[in-house]
Amino acid sequence: MFQTTSTLVFQILAILFAVFALSRVFLRFRDGEVSVKELAFWIIIWIGVIFVAVVPSITFTISNALGIERGVDLVIYVSIIVLFYLIFRVLVKLEMLEQEITKVVRKDAIEKGGKKKKQ
Amino acid sequence: MIKKMRRVKINLKNIKDKIIVVIPAYNEEKSIGIVIDGLKKEGYKNIIVIDDGSKDKTFEIARSKDVYVFRHKLNRGLGGALGTAIEAANKMNAEIVVTFDADGQHIPTDVMRMAAPILKGEADAVIGSRLLDKNLVKGMPLVRRIGNFGFNLITFLLFGVKTTDSQSGLRAFSKKAARLIKIKTNRMEVSSEFIKEIGAHNLKLKEIAIKPVYTSYSLKKGQTNLNALKILAKLILKKLMR
Repeated sequence: MFQTTSTLVFQILAILFAVFALSRVFLRFRDGEVSVKELAFWIIIWIGVIFVAVVPSITFTISNALGIERGVDLVIYVSIIVLFYLIFRVLVKLEMLEQEITKVVRKDAIEKGGKKKKQ
Repeated sequence: MIKKMRRVKINLKNIKDKIIVVIPAYNEEKSIGIVIDGLKKEGYKNIIVIDDGSKDKTFEIARSKDVYVFRHKLNRGLGGALGTAIEAANKMNAEIVVTFDADGQHIPTDVMRMAAPILKGEADAVIGSRLLDKNLVKGMPLVRRIGNFGFNLITFLLFGVKTTDSQSGLRAFSKKAARLIKIKTNRMEVSSEFIKEIGAHNLKLKEIAIKPVYTSYSLKKGQTNLNALKILAKLILKKLMR
């Protein structure tokens, strides 16, 4: 399962980080800052990371089936796709937020604005 | 209809009262006062200034001029300001809404020229184009001309509306158009969004040749080429996201 010492260190680090990230997700979920959907998404991602770290050979099986030579390459490809998707989601969310802020600012301006009364 | 038109023609003052001129302004203390005075001198009483969270004296100056002033607590960008301006104008039951730049690049007498096609029922939306009259183009710096051409091409490819100056700040909208057009973008892409909305609602668009006043001040405040690239990227991203 574990090939050499250096990969062993990396595997342990990956697992530790995944566990740390998972704990963060759970904490955020407890505080109500992360929705059930997001919780599920992150659990799948990090469990996936742990799984690949423990059984790296699984990536060979999948990558061979997809015609990719090395398992590591597959992991990198998938990671990049997921990252791009997440950035896209964040951008959309940010734009929505901007529009919401504008709505609030606009409402305030319309309510309070007008002509200065002559003294 | 004809009878109504004739009456409208005679009573020019009456028409000017129906027009609401909206001026989005962000840090324009140097020019806002002059712009407001110029419009008032032309006989426009209904002037709305949207102070987009300026850090200078823009708000105070506008406030002292006996015009309607709406102030954004936070800077939202040109699109945000124009959205507020149109909403305020609609609330005031504007017959015609004219957007006018605060940097002094527009001529107050052009407001009437912008409103004319709407009064005649020839258009729902009018854009004051700086590039329609070839003789007037000469006054425009070359970089700007090239930039504008790029914008117009992209605007046509994305929204299917032909314009010669999609980024112009001088626009007029009929009551119908002002109520239909919904502005969502916050920043400079708003000029293209207007075009998009005009196309989406099948509004009749007319372009009128205007002559911009390029002072060193208004040039500094306008769109830089870097800005233009940013807008382009955003427009394409928006189109892809749909």
